[in-house]
Amino acid sequence: MLFEGKSMKNLMSINNTYNDDKVIDACSIFGAMDRSGRRFSGEGVFKAVANMHDRGNGLGGGFAAYGLYPEHADNYALHLMYLSIKSKLETEEFLREHFNVVWQEEVPSRKTAAITNPPLVWRYFVDVPQGLPENQSADDYVVARVMEINTSDNDSFVFSSGKNMAVFKGVGYPEEIAEYFKLEQYKAYIWTAHGRFPTNTVAWWGGAHPFSILDWTVVHNGEISSYGINRRYLEQFGYKCTMYTDTEVIAYAVDLLLRKHNLPLEIVARVLAAPFWDEIERMPEKERNLMRAIRQTYGSLLLNGPFAVVIAHSGEMIGLTDRIRLRPLTVGEKDDMLYLSSEESAIRLISPDLDNAWSPMGGEPVIGKLKPDAQIHLEDEKEEIVSR
Amino acid sequence: MTTMSETIIKIDSTGVYYRDLNARLREAITNGATKIELQNVYGQRYIGTDLNQPVEIEIFGTPGNDLGAFMNGPRIIIHGSAQDGCGNTMNEGEIIVHGRAGDTVGLSARGGKIYIRGDVGYRAGIHMKEYQGKKPIIVIGGTAQDFLGEYMAGGTIILLGLKLKDGQDHLSRYVGTGMHGGVIYVRGNIPKYHLGREVGVAKLNEKDNAVLKEHVTVFSGLFGFNADDILKSNFIKLYPRWLRPYGRLYAY
Amino acid sequence: MKTFVTPKFKVNRDEDRCIQCQVCVNQCSFGANYYDAEENKVKSREELCTGCHRCEAFCPTNAIRVTYNPLDYRGNYNWRPDIIEDITKQSETGGVLLTGMGDDKSQRIYWDHIVLNASQVTNPSIDPLREPMELTTYLGQKPERLELEPGTHNLKTKMTPQVKLDVPVMFSAMSYGAVSLNVQESLARAAKEMGTLWNTGEGGLHPSLYKYGDNTIVQVASGRFGVHADYLDAAKIIEIKIGQGAKPGIGGHLPGEKVSADVSLTRMIPEGTDAISPAPQHDIYSIEDLAQLIYALKEATNYTKPVSVKIAAVHNAAAIASGIVRGGADIVVIDGLRGATGAAPKVIRDNVGIPIELALASVDSRLRQEGIRHRASLVASGGIRSSGDVAKAIALGADAVYIGTAALISLGCHVCQQCHTGKCAWGICTTDLRLTKRINPEIGARRAANLLRSWSIELKDILGGLGVNALESLRGNRLHLRGIGLSDTELEILGIRMAGN
Repeated sequence: MLFEGKSMKNLMSINNTYNDDKVIDACSIFGAMDRSGRRFSGEGVFKAVANMHDRGNGLGGGFAAYGLYPEHADNYALHLMYLSIKSKLETEEFLREHFNVVWQEEVPSRKTAAITNPPLVWRYFVDVPQGLPENQSADDYVVARVMEINTSDNDSFVFSSGKNMAVFKGVGYPEEIAEYFKLEQYKAYIWTAHGRFPTNTVAWWGGAHPFSILDWTVVHNGEISSYGINRRYLEQFGYKCTMYTDTEVIAYAVDLLLRKHNLPLEIVARVLAAPFWDEIERMPEKERNLMRAIRQTYGSLLLNGPFAVVIAHSGEMIGLTDRIRLRPLTVGEKDDMLYLSSEESAIRLISPDLDNAWSPMGGEPVIGKLKPDAQIHLEDEKEEIVSR
Repeated sequence: MTTMSETIIKIDSTGVYYRDLNARLREAITNGATKIELQNVYGQRYIGTDLNQPVEIEIFGTPGNDLGAFMNGPRIIIHGSAQDGCGNTMNEGEIIVHGRAGDTVGLSARGGKIYIRGDVGYRAGIHMKEYQGKKPIIVIGGTAQDFLGEYMAGGTIILLGLKLKDGQDHLSRYVGTGMHGGVIYVRGNIPKYHLGREVGVAKLNEKDNAVLKEHVTVFSGLFGFNADDILKSNFIKLYPRWLRPYGRLYAY
Repeated sequence: MKTFVTPKFKVNRDEDRCIQCQVCVNQCSFGANYYDAEENKVKSREELCTGCHRCEAFCPTNAIRVTYNPLDYRGNYNWRPDIIEDITKQSETGGVLLTGMGDDKSQRIYWDHIVLNASQVTNPSIDPLREPMELTTYLGQKPERLELEPGTHNLKTKMTPQVKLDVPVMFSAMSYGAVSLNVQESLARAAKEMGTLWNTGEGGLHPSLYKYGDNTIVQVASGRFGVHADYLDAAKIIEIKIGQGAKPGIGGHLPGEKVSADVSLTRMIPEGTDAISPAPQHDIYSIEDLAQLIYALKEATNYTKPVSVKIAAVHNAAAIASGIVRGGADIVVIDGLRGATGAAPKVIRDNVGIPIELALASVDSRLRQEGIRHRASLVASGGIRSSGDVAKAIALGADAVYIGTAALISLGCHVCQQCHTGKCAWGICTTDLRLTKRINPEIGARRAANLLRSWSIELKDILGGLGVNALESLRGNRLHLRGIGLSDTELEILGIRMAGN
């Protein structure tokens, strides 16, 4: 055993000793994106989220990075945590059976004083096999296998499964996690970060943010009071909420709406943080009919309760708060850089001369997209340490 | 680095944890400082909270949440923006923000003055109160997000909307919901459907104009505006229609 | 035959206070109070008293107290007084015991064993008086997903008819004949004022009530009384009544003496004939027949209105509901064991069917398991007594609820269970013109609307406490419920945890 504790899959007892259905936490969130596609070191992001240290309590920190594996850009990058060698062997057997594993390695880490008792963390760059049924996309296939591993009996857990992106997370303050996983070595065009303040859970590496499915990642501050129905709704579409956290449902909701139901991001934001009915009644007819239909159809996915989230996937980063803005979010812009943060001071710390800083209205999404001519810069770019 | 020159103290706050920073402020004041300059402030919380003296604190950077919470006396000038909870339950003193401010500016403030050059976030002036001689005032140069003056119980909010274009409405929805005291003066327009049902709209009378002039003049002095230009515009007065909006809510 | 049934109630008259004004005599439609001219004294025939408390409420000097007549039978857990009386009555008449209102027996009331959650610290409660709090509910079939035209935000999915409720509480089916026209008008007006719906029951729609069509659900039941094109067109929703909680599997009849000129006009049958509602609908002997009727009604109204199907909560309600949804119903109404009636055999009322809480929970779970929950709205009814019950029903999975008894209580009903006699002293469940005028539609509407208004405010308080500001975030959100004093099986069926867990 590498990890003191109970079976990893008995998540209710590990992630949540009090057997509540959802984890309650408060947090800091941060995101940075270079909309030109330039990849930059995350060190500025580590510094910014560390500056909000007091919003977390050291029981969870994590990062998502996009564009960091250009050499394997077309493979699904599965990142797994193991609690035992045995489960690693079993799961690797499963992976070989179900995927073409192009490359595998242990995720580099360094011994640090702050991080104790880490699980074994490995990454696998894989292709899906040929000849999937017509109605199943490669993405569907990966989601199904991830759900399978994460609900199986052995102590393995997939915490990142997208292409050319990765989640790094664990128990500790975010700056400690960055140090542990040697994140200074990576460059990405989007970084998101999270420092966690769980109130009723025992720390568990898988319970830290970001939560992800495929290349969708979510970092979240707040608590979703509508979790019970959000989860029941998603379960109807085959999502298994294995983590018992409200943040997990956000990742699945986004996957369902954007990928499976093919809705544009602006509309998805209106599902998650819907306009009020009285506002809808004042809209012009076309918009009114659309918004009514959205609330009528997807009412069970309304995220109700205080939240601010940074959602990211390949090429996009979105900031969103609940519709009465019970959690804060500040946006900063400097040239092509877009920053999202729980606090303005964290942005100013790494980019003092912003062109623009503001807070979006509750429920109003802030969407950062790669510019039309953007290219994810590869290895020939010159070294730059800190984001602009 | 702390340099003393008579009673003016400068502190470089780079990397200083808020508890250490606030301890240093306390110490400086105990040692007789009347003016303190804080450089490189990034997110340190509770600045000014425990300082019950008429000291002046100038902040360069972005102070953290709960700036001047429970504050009782100091004057704080921020060359930058304030985050959430600025002036929370403040009792006396002044906060002058040259940038913008986050959510719940002046939450439950009992007294003192807050001047903000730019916009404010959600729930500015929420549950502000007045009692006897204590009458808090918030002057906002920009516009406000939702729930401005929510269950306001006293004091004065002045919303100037200086950056709004001609004919553009203020951002705030649900203005003054639950308002049962105090007054809000608004330059420009807030659509009727964005007002709480407890809110009445009136023209300003002579007394209102005198109050408005007094505070707009101070505001303009602080931030370099021309008070007369501002006062020339149309203002409306929002007031509570009932002292007891929920008198008929209950069955016994 | 001499009756061996002893009076159930005692009319206690304080002789010092009584001024012999005879208000009690005039108010009692059961003849329990009378004036003895010889003695110049008001007296009572207690064997006729039903315990409706009308006289007590109207006595100007507060002289009357109606109390239980202490029936000190020899104590016996098995042979309780009500059982002895029922047997006695049947021995004297040879008939089926008829009764009104809902099951009054002591089966578990699950609402009283379920508690709601509230926010503390980790998420803020929301102040419902100051911040927006949405109860808006749309009834009707929802698509599984929305499709937009690529590149634009134009809606490609065609939505089926949706009916808006401002408060998720509707007035359940009570036909003209069972209740008076004044009662129907009171409820119709209240529904209109509060943005909800009332239900005609199966007695047709009186011409004077067509103007409330936008707030009206019309029923198509086994008797098909008053069902014609205008009736269907007038409605917002059409409801096929298969059964009701008070008498699952049982038909009924409105006796000819109640079929007055006006009732005859509305039911479209000759005056004075019995109006018979057969036990089954004779065009529905199976689920595919139900689908046939659903689509017949949709065709008849050109797919402009949702079609609802109401069933009594019986043992396999979940499977039946699934079939109903697959049959094309836009709304499924489940009426529980405690659902009331204008008249039903007592043995059926008190012994057939299952509690609404269990039925609702299992139907909602079943529809979700099958992935068809979105295809119909779910309405719970039968024994909803307060906004607390409403909130719990919604958290278990209901889109809205019906109230019948609670609505009648708002008009004055004291639940004396004499609806079947047609003598209702409160002027509610009767067509006797001397009695029906006791309900003034204007005042009745105000009372019923007040009830809904109070419940709306209370529902908003509950939502705010839970930290959500839209009803859809409570709907089906069973994590906000906990059980008290329930077995593991009960908790499992309800899909909720034990309190403290």
